[in-house]
Amino acid sequence: MQKRVTFNGWLLPMLLVLPQLLISAVFFFYPAGQALYQSLFIPDPFGLSSQFVGLGNFEYLLGDKYYRASFFTTALFSTLVTVVSMVPALLLAVLADRLIKGAGTYRTLLIWPYAVAPAVAGVLWLFMFNTRVGVVSWYLGQLGYDWNHVLNDGEAMGLVVVASAWGRISYNFLFFFAALQAVPRSVIEAAAIDGARFWRRFFTIVLPLLSPTTFFLLVVNIVYAFFETFGVIHTITSGGPQQATTILVYKVFSDGFVGQDLGSSAAQSVILLIVVGALTVFQFKFVEKRVHY
Amino acid sequence: MNYRKHLLSTAIAATTLWSTSALAATEVQFWHAFTGRLGELVAEQVATFNSSQDDYAVVATHKGNYSETLNAGIAAFRAKEQPHLLMVFEVGTATMMGAKGAIKPVYEVMADAGAEFDPDAYIGSVKGYYTTTDGQMLSLPFNSSTPVLWVNNDALKDAGIDPSVDLSTWQQVDDVLGKLKEAGSECPLTTAWQSWIHLENLSAYHNTPFATKDNGFAGADTELALNGELQVQHIQAMGDWAQDGKFIYAGRRNEGGANFRAGECALFTESSAGYAGIKAEAQFDFSVRPLPYWDGVEGAPQNTIIGGASLWAMTGHEDEEYKGVAAFLNFLSTPDIQAKWHQDTGYLPITIAAGDKTKADGFYDENPGTDIAVIQMTANEPTANSKGLRLGSFDQIRGIIDEELEAVWTGDKTAQAALDSAAERGDKLLRRFEQASQ
Repeated sequence: MQKRVTFNGWLLPMLLVLPQLLISAVFFFYPAGQALYQSLFIPDPFGLSSQFVGLGNFEYLLGDKYYRASFFTTALFSTLVTVVSMVPALLLAVLADRLIKGAGTYRTLLIWPYAVAPAVAGVLWLFMFNTRVGVVSWYLGQLGYDWNHVLNDGEAMGLVVVASAWGRISYNFLFFFAALQAVPRSVIEAAAIDGARFWRRFFTIVLPLLSPTTFFLLVVNIVYAFFETFGVIHTITSGGPQQATTILVYKVFSDGFVGQDLGSSAAQSVILLIVVGALTVFQFKFVEKRVHY
Repeated sequence: MNYRKHLLSTAIAATTLWSTSALAATEVQFWHAFTGRLGELVAEQVATFNSSQDDYAVVATHKGNYSETLNAGIAAFRAKEQPHLLMVFEVGTATMMGAKGAIKPVYEVMADAGAEFDPDAYIGSVKGYYTTTDGQMLSLPFNSSTPVLWVNNDALKDAGIDPSVDLSTWQQVDDVLGKLKEAGSECPLTTAWQSWIHLENLSAYHNTPFATKDNGFAGADTELALNGELQVQHIQAMGDWAQDGKFIYAGRRNEGGANFRAGECALFTESSAGYAGIKAEAQFDFSVRPLPYWDGVEGAPQNTIIGGASLWAMTGHEDEEYKGVAAFLNFLSTPDIQAKWHQDTGYLPITIAAGDKTKADGFYDENPGTDIAVIQMTANEPTANSKGLRLGSFDQIRGIIDEELEAVWTGDKTAQAALDSAAERGDKLLRRFEQASQ
């Protein structure tokens, strides 16, 4: 049986949803509508004139093989960032959960990196891996490995993934840790009495019970990798070498704010909107089915 | 985004209002892209101007790097809060020229203000970049430099090479690079600003077009011509050097400067404005040489072209304020101010008088090599191929060129394939720019 609350008339319910509608209209529908409108034009940078080109901007973009490659780059990048930020976070959370002494200190230290802004994190990692003065690249050189993310696309991708995922580990750790504490002790103890060892208990009991948290983090981390890693990429590689680290959102920035090509930039925002929308629908329709609440 | 911009512009407007009422002098807003030592020198110029008279007060504001400053100017124009003077780097020239309703050409500012203005006082190859084909100066050159070859004399000596060896041609450089490599040098040659030096200046220096329509000066329907025989041959030579470990690539901007200043690299192609940094940091004996050219190419060496920035006056202000702009621009062009700027920074002087004054001061005798850039720029009357470049979306085109060149340095592409691809991709951007500025 479900409880239903019904209203007499429509004034009060409308009033109650109004704030949300207003916020959506001002911060989502209006800018999205603007982007959609501008994507049909090629304006000059100063806004003095603009040419209506219909779907010309989309045609131009999809005809560009570097733009098409950027979809693959984005998919690879966001998958890697999500995996690299979630797996160590879970591992650390499990370990921290078993700690008895000094758990508080350990936890606090693990949360610290989250306070570092992405662009600053980018600079820190860049400094460590700088091909000339970087500490890490120097040690790699001693081991006979010539680190050069300026020219090597694999190394460049690895570096931006690690730099983007690093701060996120803290965030994910926090959620996993809280979720672990909510796993009922009685269930685990029952399994332990039945003779299940730690890892068996982890995979058959704890992990399934964590699935709502895991799903939430999956969605949040993919959105993070899509949109918020821009600062890291800008400071470390600027999308290079040869666009190997140019993800979709970085290209929106570089076309719009370096190239002053606002038409192309707007069209890319629209495409990005569709991609993320489709991805979210997919996640909620298919992945969520496997989540046990 | 828009909301934040509005908030910011309101804040700027509020401060402007407040400060204008506090001061009697007419205020001139000047947005620039300089930090560090250069920022201090700009602040000094502005302070000198402000204390030299009571009618106008220039307010200089730092707006980030070159790209960010241009963007700040554009965003401000859209919000109708544009400064009087905006510093724009040379690759933004076509963008500014295309914005007819947003800029007030310098010659017009000067004429309207009734200020004294003699375009002939400015060095031809410096002002040429910012002048229309019929000789009207659109923006005032502010900081201009040109690429030269920096040599670590000690590194040559260590390799058993006479430091006074002739390095005028790339053939001679090739020979020296071979010797350096044989002697175990880890970094015989490195460069800064690869597109600017090894394609744009290479083309001008050999009197070869970089783009059709007089490098874009004669019309926006220009196409890139950077995949010509000369350019392909040069880039292939550099690609081969890169494969042999004779040319070490450090990055797209001036990252190679750190390697050179630390004494790791023997030869370094970089802007003449690298002087201040190299002089301050280099713990070795160095010298400046003219940029090498390929012996046997007809018309070489022509003259090199400039890089740097110029000052653009923007529309939408009062006549009285433009008088202040004219006075400030004239002040910047005076021999004393220019000569000091040239000597402090290594940037080229913009007027002939400032160059003469520097020579008379004995600066070139005390600092050998500092006049190489001036000589290289002014040796020949600029041709249609060596006047400069006027290409839309040029910042992005440089990005494309950088990517393609990187593919050559790694050996992924031949010079021909990379430059063909650069031309094809760049032309697409040029067509879009042409469409946008119709």
